[in-house]
Amino acid sequence: MSKRNAYWLLVIPFVATLFPFIYNRAVPALFGIPFFYWYQLAWVLLTGGLLGLVVYLTRDAGDV
Amino acid sequence: MSSGSIVLLALVGAVTVLGFLAARWGGANLDSLDEWALGGRRFGTIVSWFLLGGDLYTAYTFIAVPALVYGVGALGFFAVPYATIAYPVALVVLVRFWGIARERGYLTTADFVRDRFNSRALEIAIALTGVVAAIPYIALQLAGMKTVFAQIGGGFNAHDGLPALTVAFVLLAAYTYTSGLRAPALIAFVKDTLIYVTVIAAIVVIPTKLGGWQHVFSASQAVLAARPKPSSIFLAPAQYFTYATMAFGSALSLFIYPHSITSVLAAKSKEVLRRNAALLPIYSLLLGLLALLGYCALAAGINLPQSAASNVVPLLFKQFFPEWFAGVADAAVVIGALVPAAIMCIGAANLFASNVFAQYSPERPPGETRTAKLLTLAMCAASLAVIFFVRVPYVIDFQLLGGALMLQIFPSFVLGLWTRALDPKALLAGWACGLVASCAMAWATGFNSNFTLHAFGGSLTGFIALYALVVNLIVSIGGTVLLRGSKR
Repeated sequence: MSKRNAYWLLVIPFVATLFPFIYNRAVPALFGIPFFYWYQLAWVLLTGGLLGLVVYLTRDAGDV
Repeated sequence: MSSGSIVLLALVGAVTVLGFLAARWGGANLDSLDEWALGGRRFGTIVSWFLLGGDLYTAYTFIAVPALVYGVGALGFFAVPYATIAYPVALVVLVRFWGIARERGYLTTADFVRDRFNSRALEIAIALTGVVAAIPYIALQLAGMKTVFAQIGGGFNAHDGLPALTVAFVLLAAYTYTSGLRAPALIAFVKDTLIYVTVIAAIVVIPTKLGGWQHVFSASQAVLAARPKPSSIFLAPAQYFTYATMAFGSALSLFIYPHSITSVLAAKSKEVLRRNAALLPIYSLLLGLLALLGYCALAAGINLPQSAASNVVPLLFKQFFPEWFAGVADAAVVIGALVPAAIMCIGAANLFASNVFAQYSPERPPGETRTAKLLTLAMCAASLAVIFFVRVPYVIDFQLLGGALMLQIFPSFVLGLWTRALDPKALLAGWACGLVASCAMAWATGFNSNFTLHAFGGSLTGFIALYALVVNLIVSIGGTVLLRGSKR
């Protein structure tokens, strides 16, 4: 399996954030912040982490 | 004079000095376009992180997004998924472009398109799109500064803020002319530090004083629901498509703007860019927290008409911070607008100088740097004119409508990075159709950024930029097939 396949991981944030019916609700709330808001803020950080992982996995793989 | 305005003047004065001093950074020959416009393409991970953060997170982030959340509720939060998925796009598209650009000495997207498709007409089309789309984005920066000046009042707000804005822009134009990209790169360190300090303070202090997040959200919901045109802190199912298309369309267009390209090409290596794709989302978290300040304003009982919604953030600073710290926060917004405005001017001027007045050649024509420097001044003047003559529902519409134009270079530029299959004539036709479609939809909705499509007995409201891109792609691909067929 080519190391470039790691780039497919980048599809995950698109699926997680571009279908609002997944997260358009109030519960469970976190520190009084409705799910809709903290879920999307969490994906900012998760995407950063995922990008870090992909950058690491593809370090010798060249461009897509 | 109030302590807040003294702090603001001192900080803006300090970065102006820094802007001029930046000319000495690295001891470069600023007559070379690579040195003036791209800082010699030598920026490492940390400088690039500050520069890109300073460049991409603008008055859009600090003023326009909170204003939209304040005005329309949950729909305004689309900027968060936008600022999330922009980075996977960047990692794939920009790293590839950076490699090709470094190898062949490109300075702009139009350089690349010219070289790949060997079409002078397409080169000019791409370049002009970037220039035209940059103007409303610079205007958004000015509109952001204007909200701060309006809040401080006194001399700052005299004559609708025009003299203060003009002074700020003349200074900006002067140090950008002198130092090129090194000026915003150096100032970005100050800007980003101020922004982080301000946002962290705001997000700790303001909700606490308002009685906690739970109260902020419930109070916001009550205010939004009671408006003549009610909205909510959650999306209506009919808004799902609008929300997703605005996020996706904005993410696709972010990194093809001339100012993004300029900062990206200033990076020293591919590794610098790859690391930054993973590190820059930290700024997106700030954007998300700032967006929530829109709700803090609702919960604080700040009541503004739609036309003045952009003032919510400076108003919150005034209401919740001690006066001197409100000055720091205001300076963060003003400097936060000046940095990207400088890079936008440089990026647009590069396009004009390299691809409209001249055409791409590996040996840069003489006089190109001088033309680019002079055009920077013209860009500043044009943008200043825009905010005084164009009225939009929310200032964010400046950026969204500019994005609709910008996205029309996607088939030539982004698809072109991977394939030569598309015919340049078809790409040009697709570009033209996409632009006409964008303008027609914007006109039909009174310069709104969303258009409602009625088809098959239903209706679908989505971001104009993506509808126009679909038109563009159909014409580009369909045209290529037809032209190939006729050649046989």
